Amino acid sequence: MPHFLSSRPDSRLIPLPWQVPLAEWPADYLVALPRGISRHVVRFVAVGQSIYAAKEVVEELALHEYRMLAELHRLGAPAVEAVAVVTDRIDEAGQPLDPVLITRHLEFSLPYRTLFDRGVRPETVTRLIDALVVLFVRLHLIGFLWGDVSLSNVLFRRDAGEFAAYLVDAETSEIHPSLSDGQREHDLQIAHVNLYGEFLDLEAGGVLDPWLQPQVLADSVVSRYHDLWNELTGMEEFSGSEPFRIENRVRRLNALGFDVAELDIDMDGSKIKIQPKVVEAGYHSRRLMRLTGIDAEENQARRLLNDLDTYRASHGLQHMDESVVGSKWMRNCYQPVLEAVPFELRGKREPVQIYHEVLEHRWYLSERQHREVPLLEAAQAYVHDILEGLPDEKVSALDEPSVELRKLANPFDPSQGYVDDDGPPPFDPWEAAAEDVPAPDFLDINALRAKAQPSE
Amino acid sequence: MATVSFHDATRVYPGADRPAVDKFNLEIGDGEFMVLVGPSGCGKSTTLRMLAGLEDVNSGSIFIGDRDVTTLPPKDRDIAMVFQNYALYPHMSVADNMGFALKMAGVPKAERDQRVNEAAKLLGLEEFLARKPKALSGGQRQRVAMGRAIVRKPQVFLMDEPLSNLDAKLRVSTRTQIAALQARLGVTTVYVTHDQVEAMTMGDRIAVMKDGLLQQVDTPLTLYDAPVNLFVAGFIGSPAMNLMPAKIVDGGAQIGDYTVPVSRDVLAKATGEDTVVIGIRPENFAVSTTGISVDVAVVEELGADGYLYGTITGSGDDAITAQQIVAHISARTAPQRGTTIRLNAADPAGVHVFSEKTGLRIS
Repeated sequence: MPHFLSSRPDSRLIPLPWQVPLAEWPADYLVALPRGISRHVVRFVAVGQSIYAAKEVVEELALHEYRMLAELHRLGAPAVEAVAVVTDRIDEAGQPLDPVLITRHLEFSLPYRTLFDRGVRPETVTRLIDALVVLFVRLHLIGFLWGDVSLSNVLFRRDAGEFAAYLVDAETSEIHPSLSDGQREHDLQIAHVNLYGEFLDLEAGGVLDPWLQPQVLADSVVSRYHDLWNELTGMEEFSGSEPFRIENRVRRLNALGFDVAELDIDMDGSKIKIQPKVVEAGYHSRRLMRLTGIDAEENQARRLLNDLDTYRASHGLQHMDESVVGSKWMRNCYQPVLEAVPFELRGKREPVQIYHEVLEHRWYLSERQHREVPLLEAAQAYVHDILEGLPDEKVSALDEPSVELRKLANPFDPSQGYVDDDGPPPFDPWEAAAEDVPAPDFLDINALRAKAQPSE
Repeated sequence: MATVSFHDATRVYPGADRPAVDKFNLEIGDGEFMVLVGPSGCGKSTTLRMLAGLEDVNSGSIFIGDRDVTTLPPKDRDIAMVFQNYALYPHMSVADNMGFALKMAGVPKAERDQRVNEAAKLLGLEEFLARKPKALSGGQRQRVAMGRAIVRKPQVFLMDEPLSNLDAKLRVSTRTQIAALQARLGVTTVYVTHDQVEAMTMGDRIAVMKDGLLQQVDTPLTLYDAPVNLFVAGFIGSPAMNLMPAKIVDGGAQIGDYTVPVSRDVLAKATGEDTVVIGIRPENFAVSTTGISVDVAVVEELGADGYLYGTITGSGDDAITAQQIVAHISARTAPQRGTTIRLNAADPAGVHVFSEKTGLRIS
């Protein structure tokens, strides 16, 4: 009988065909979602309305990854949520099968290949890199050594005009109390090589804008990482006559979306030295959550808070308690806009993202029509002009790709190549020689002795 | 290519009460395949990471060749971590998948092609160079990953449990391939594993570690035939060596009703002790008319051979009898379960004697 390890069990997973190798699961259970290639067998599984990602992997790694993802969840870092590890799988012939790690599919997430297949503008690539760097730095700040930073190992979600990145693969990761400079450098070096490889691959696949150069893009990851890391953790020294620079630094960090939990201030004669000791991501999203209960990405939260502040000023509510203003704004702005979206279109964008896009559309309409377009009118126009024409992103299903017009050999597994790939592989003597191997835990001491004998 | 040396290298994690690696000394020869092995938490990975530059060295130093790398950043150490990641890019040929990091490093195309071709030849991948990687098997993917490291021509290869995510069969064939390849390339290699069979079949020499301390560095056969202490004796070998407490008596060490002959000189090294530990490997046991008395519990036949599992019996100290032992026997002469037999060392030179107090070898 298979064994489930889970902190939030979903009983609908129990009757799935665990006795069958994942690669052979009947299509009835599966959904073909876009994703990158992977070292292991990975499938998306639908149970009821929920979608899970299932990865078949050796026990040690499955448990390790489950624990790492659970720890990231506990620390509030952006990562997919681990749901269960299924061990003790036995196939119909009585042979053991590798365990399966199950994670929850992240709604409204976009793998980078989906974005690129639809065609992306150079600015979008920069935004994706920024999102990856923010995730990378956030993970390093909490002592998380990733070990395999790459575009394939993240998912992107729309975040107002930017993107937010989520970690999806924690197989090679480790959590330490804090990371040494050597560890961070090493992780960065891996990121540099991986991203260079991925951009070269996109170039080879004809989906990278010809203006963009893989080398420049990969180098920019390293320089942006250093810039952000230094801003968040670097020591700053200035004259004792400029104490306002302490507050400036805090504001800069807030603007980047970080709260300063501990700032080290050292007054040495006429000099002041400051260094942030503990910074926490989510400055805007926490404030929005506190005022409205809305769970949003950082830039979405910044955008909504701006709208809330504008609402407060324009309605003369400056003296009212902030949280009361928050609930008024919810009732009079946020909820009416979302209610204007017909039910069948709600899978196209996340609610918060819709609100952001309505604000954008209102600005555009107001500019064009030289008048202040009311919010609800803008919402209705947005639904009609924009939202109806957008692809569904709740579960970003396989659309017809715009550039890569090749058909996958197996729609559930891009690792198996395309229908029109090269013919059958050539004979490989190494594989043939590997057929007849002893059991892994057998120590053939006689063979070792024979090998150690000097030949006559 | 280069030698690697650790001089009193020590790593203490913040807040830990003892070092993760304590005054580690090791000289690794040019072109040598050195395996670091030990149970989890023994410090083997930390040692490798200190060499890679991923862990700070709190005291002591590390040299690659005559360069002191103790404080150098990882990228300046001229090392390659193999199998760190082996994502293969679907739109790029196998050749490009192997050589792209050289392109990033600015190596000219002609030299890149040459290095990729050389590596492909070594790895039996020449036929695959122009193909896309998608249809490759797990083993072939591993070889492409090895190719990525080989083309960089580093001074040292570092491998940290590289086979841990492979299935059992692929693990065995890949370990043979890595060992053969390393011998042909002659690049100094430091390899970490928790699996002693993997260590024994791959390493030129093996460094056994426990609790952050180096226990013994030797060739696989020396570790097997002359372990320096009880830990190494019990850790190396599968099934493990039988380690049996025995009472010091005139002429030897008594186990149950039998006295294993041990020379006076050896016993003299256990001054002030009442007992020693006798170690006999399963394959050095033979059924005999005299010897240690054993109740046969299970006989496991594996073709022409088999393993006998039993319990030491006979009068004497309870702490000594009732111990489980295992013996490698010929299936043709296998005794029945439930019977009592006597086992003796087939080769008296293969009887190991350890001090119970210090754990050190005294024979």
